[in-house]
Amino acid sequence: MAELDTSGGGKHKGGKVRSKKQSTRVDLTAMVDLAFLLITFFMLTTTLSKKKAMDLAMPDNSVIKSQLPVAATRSMTILLGSHNKLEWYMGEAGKSAPTVDNYGKDGLRKALIENGKKVAETHAAPDNFMIVLIKPSDKSTYENLVNTLDEMSITGVQSYAIVKITPLELGDLQKNGLY
Amino acid sequence: MPRVKVARKSTFIDMTAMCDVAFLLLTFFILTAKPKVDDPTKAEVPFSSKTKLVPEDNLAMITIGNVDGKDRIFYSVTGSDVRAATLKAMGDKYKIVFTPEEIAKFSLLEVFGVPIANLKQFLDLRPDERKGFPQPGIPTDTTATNELSNWIYLSRQADKGLHDKALDIAIKGDRKEQYPMINEVIGVLGHQKIFKFDLITDLRAAPKK
Repeated sequence: MAELDTSGGGKHKGGKVRSKKQSTRVDLTAMVDLAFLLITFFMLTTTLSKKKAMDLAMPDNSVIKSQLPVAATRSMTILLGSHNKLEWYMGEAGKSAPTVDNYGKDGLRKALIENGKKVAETHAAPDNFMIVLIKPSDKSTYENLVNTLDEMSITGVQSYAIVKITPLELGDLQKNGLY
Repeated sequence: MPRVKVARKSTFIDMTAMCDVAFLLLTFFILTAKPKVDDPTKAEVPFSSKTKLVPEDNLAMITIGNVDGKDRIFYSVTGSDVRAATLKAMGDKYKIVFTPEEIAKFSLLEVFGVPIANLKQFLDLRPDERKGFPQPGIPTDTTATNELSNWIYLSRQADKGLHDKALDIAIKGDRKEQYPMINEVIGVLGHQKIFKFDLITDLRAAPKK
C-alpha cells in the first residue's frame, strides 16, 4: 500500500541539479494496527463493572444501655438454617410454631411484607413498625445472610439486627432437619 | 469506438484521522485502566440489589474464601504508603525487623494471607514465585489481639496518620462460606468498635428472582 513515487525525476534541460521532492505522506497502516491492538487489550482487561457494596451496621455490644421494652408481638425472628432454608416466627421463641420457608420472592419476601402489614394494623402508630431479628446458625452460608439483609432493604424493614442464635432455636432447626 | 478509460486512482487511504481516534481511545483506556487484583481465594461474592459503590481508596478489605478445602482470610489495604507504615508498625509489635527493601516490596503487595512469622520468607520470593507459595491465611481467633485484628488496627492508625481519614472496611466473602467464619471477622471488627462496614456484593443481573 505504500505509494509509489510516480513523479518523474530526472534532469531538466540545462537546469540546476535539484533534489527530488519526496512525498510527505507517511504510511500509518502499521501504526493504526498497533493502536487498535492496544485498545482491544486495554478494553478487555479493564473492569467496567465496579464492585457494589452493602452497608451493614452491627449493634454496639460494648455499651449496655437501658433497653427499651418492645412488645414481643412486633418482633419477627428469622432463623437461617442449612440447605438454603430458613424458619421464621413471630413473637417469643417456643410460643408459636416456626414456619419453614425459602429465600426469595415467594418465600421470605412475602412473609416479611405480610407480617409487616399485620404488625402495622394491630399496633398503634408511631410504634407500629416490625422489628426483625436475624439469627444465622452455624450451618448457614454467607450468601444466606446477604440475601436476608437484602430482603430487609427491599421490603423496607426499618429496624433489624443480627443476633446470636439460642440453643432452643437451634433445637427447633434440628427438628426440621435444617441444622 | 474509443474505449472508455477508467482513471486509475490511488488506493492510499488517509489514515491520519483514524490514527488520531485510535490513540485518543488508547490514551483513555490506559489512564482509566486499573489492573485486576489477583484474588487468591477466587471468592464469588453473593448477589444483592444494592448499588452503592465500593470506595476506591482508603479501603481495607478482608477476603474470606476457601482455598484447597480450608477457610482462609486474606487482607488488603489500599495505598502503598499506608501499607509501608502498617508493616513497620506490625514489625515493631511482633519484634520482627523488616529491611527497607522488604518494606518496599510489601508496599507493592496488593493482597496477602500469610502469618507475620512467614511474611519475611514470603516477601523474599520473586513475584512470580509467590503464586506457588501456599498462603495459609491470616491467623485469627476470638481474642481482641489476634493477628488480623492487629493488621486492621495498625492500618487504620497508619491511614489516620498519613491521610487523616477513617479507613473504610469491607468484607468480601465467598457465597458458600459458612457463617462462623464471617461471624469471627465481624467479631474482630466489633472488638475495635467498628460496627459499620461494607459487604461486597454483585449487582443481581435479573430484576426478578
